[in-house]
Amino acid sequence: MNDSAAVIEIRDLRYAISGRPIFDGLDLKIARGGVTAFMGPSGTGKTTLLRLITGQLVADSGSIQVAGSDLCSLSRSELYALRRRMGMLFQNGALLTDLTVFENVAFPLREHTRLPERLVRDLVLTKLQAVGLRGAAQLMPGELSGGMTRRVALARAIILDPEILIYDEPFVGLDPISKGVVLRLIRRLNDTLGLTSIVVSHDVREISSVANTVFLLSGGKVVAHGTPQELRSFPSEIVQQFMGGLADGPVPFHYPAGDYYTELLAREGVA
Amino acid sequence: MARRTSHTLNMGTGLFVLLGFAALFFLTTQTTNRGLTIGSRPHYDVTAKFDNVGDLKVGSPVSMSGVEIGRVVTIDFDLKDYKALVVMRLDSKYSKIPSDSDASIYTQGLLGGKFIGLTAGGAETYLKDKDHIDFTQSAFVLENLIGQFLASFTKSATPAPEKPK
Amino acid sequence: MKTLQELWNSLHAALVEIGAMVRFLVRLLIVAPRALVRFSLVAEQIYNAGALSLVIIMLSGLFVGMVLGLQGFQLLQRFGSEEALGTAAAIGLVKELGPVITALLFAGRAGTALASELGLMRATDQLSAMEMMAVDPIRRVVVPRFLGGIIAMPLLAAIFSMIGIYGAQLVGVQFMGVDSGSFWSQMRSGVALVDIREGIVKSLAFGVACSLIAVYEGYYAVPTAEGVGRATTRTVVTSAVVTLFLDYLITAMFL
Repeated sequence: MNDSAAVIEIRDLRYAISGRPIFDGLDLKIARGGVTAFMGPSGTGKTTLLRLITGQLVADSGSIQVAGSDLCSLSRSELYALRRRMGMLFQNGALLTDLTVFENVAFPLREHTRLPERLVRDLVLTKLQAVGLRGAAQLMPGELSGGMTRRVALARAIILDPEILIYDEPFVGLDPISKGVVLRLIRRLNDTLGLTSIVVSHDVREISSVANTVFLLSGGKVVAHGTPQELRSFPSEIVQQFMGGLADGPVPFHYPAGDYYTELLAREGVA
Repeated sequence: MARRTSHTLNMGTGLFVLLGFAALFFLTTQTTNRGLTIGSRPHYDVTAKFDNVGDLKVGSPVSMSGVEIGRVVTIDFDLKDYKALVVMRLDSKYSKIPSDSDASIYTQGLLGGKFIGLTAGGAETYLKDKDHIDFTQSAFVLENLIGQFLASFTKSATPAPEKPK
Repeated sequence: MKTLQELWNSLHAALVEIGAMVRFLVRLLIVAPRALVRFSLVAEQIYNAGALSLVIIMLSGLFVGMVLGLQGFQLLQRFGSEEALGTAAAIGLVKELGPVITALLFAGRAGTALASELGLMRATDQLSAMEMMAVDPIRRVVVPRFLGGIIAMPLLAAIFSMIGIYGAQLVGVQFMGVDSGSFWSQMRSGVALVDIREGIVKSLAFGVACSLIAVYEGYYAVPTAEGVGRATTRTVVTSAVVTLFLDYLITAMFL
């Protein structure tokens, strides 16, 4: 019973991009319901992890179970069927630029269902109302601000009533007001629609206010997990560096390089 | 898909496709002999036999005093007298052509295609459908002409046929 | 030895590219019947590839026809057969210049637009977003653009040829004084249906090639500003070379 409560379960995940290992034996479980956050320094493969969970990338080894099915064993059509139960919000919204806001939100309905136009309209307006953009229905994506774009994308992601909603860096490049709006939406949608939400971000303050559970990734592994409060007092240098936002620590300030002094001298020698 | 532009979109697409097919229609009917000019209009057929039709083709024009009055519809070989049998379809508008008229094959320009030219005779009766033109003159074939010229040239080899000044 | 190695490398790269493109074509063809069912998507792309290229095609057709009229007149006059101008212009346009120049203009106008549009969709995650909405971007985005290009090309080529013939007529008959009657009648006896068929076959083949190259380059563009730029450049260059190569091949086939 305990196992079925986990919506996503990853065991011993290994994945490398052109020989450079990104994940090296990653294990994690995400329980049904609640908001789960993946955090970690830039370049630790948080977005890659999302792409693996959604089947856009295929793991080198290990298993990824989503909603009870093993991603590696799914055919293309089974994967598509699974994806209809997931919604994903891309970093920049990824709205289709040649369609209006209304048509963007209606897009999954038009592709997957044959609902009468009237019902489509009602559903789309309901979702747009939920993100507060019913009035912008006839605008084109190019006419929206960054925050509005993301809210439209959010309306589109929930139009098919998914079980899992995935946010890829939802706060990047937003002003404080828009950040507040997105935060409130994440929380409210999660609670009213009974979703399991997964948020990838490195904004410690925002995540602390919204996440139930946080996984801190570094060096291809989960280095810590727990509630935001637990992580603040986690006895590990790297967790402290990240949560506290310190410039230097286990994640070094300098990109790996040879000895500074030697290199300066060597360059002089060449000249 | 964007609903607000779908009307102009349909219009533009329709217009383009229409224009495209109109152009295809133009090319197939107006630049080739598959034209619809004769065939729909009242017409009558006459035949003529030639020793040599050269590169006369089905669809080549038939003219009189330079005016196009019909087209060649079939070119066949008659095994009985070893001649080319040509059927011409003439416009009924030109129905009073004397029955003793003669048909010759000419060339349009120096490099152009062949066509049949009719020259009016003096008879009181006129050509009717399925009539036959008896007097014909074959195509002017360049090789034959050169051959004749060379033959006459070698025959009278000693005195030059023409002295360049 | 080093140049040999480089030669082999570029040959190898070219082979890989050709193979990938052919496999992409097969993938498109498999999906094509299902994409045709939603014809409104294809019609939209016929508009983008065809109707929007109309002005450039018509203008170019007019000028090419006028040049043909002028050059053809000068040349034919030397042999005293200016009347053959209609035939010369029509054959040249229908069999050769119409399909080829249309394909080159198509690559420059519609091909680059296709490649950069798909490349930008890739760069802004629109294609991934479709994947995530369980919509196959090949079927929803790529195939309609591919089919639209194939349908638009022969129509554009026909329009080009038609306008070109009128351009040649304008110069030959109106300016140079060739007899209008013999211009058209000689054209009619000189142009056979097989010539027009050759032109249509060519423009269909060019349509497949240019559309395929454009969507392939766009779909697999490196998702950066530089990558999209390179994809559009490659679209034009590859389309032009492939068009001229196919032109030779098809011309030889029809002899």
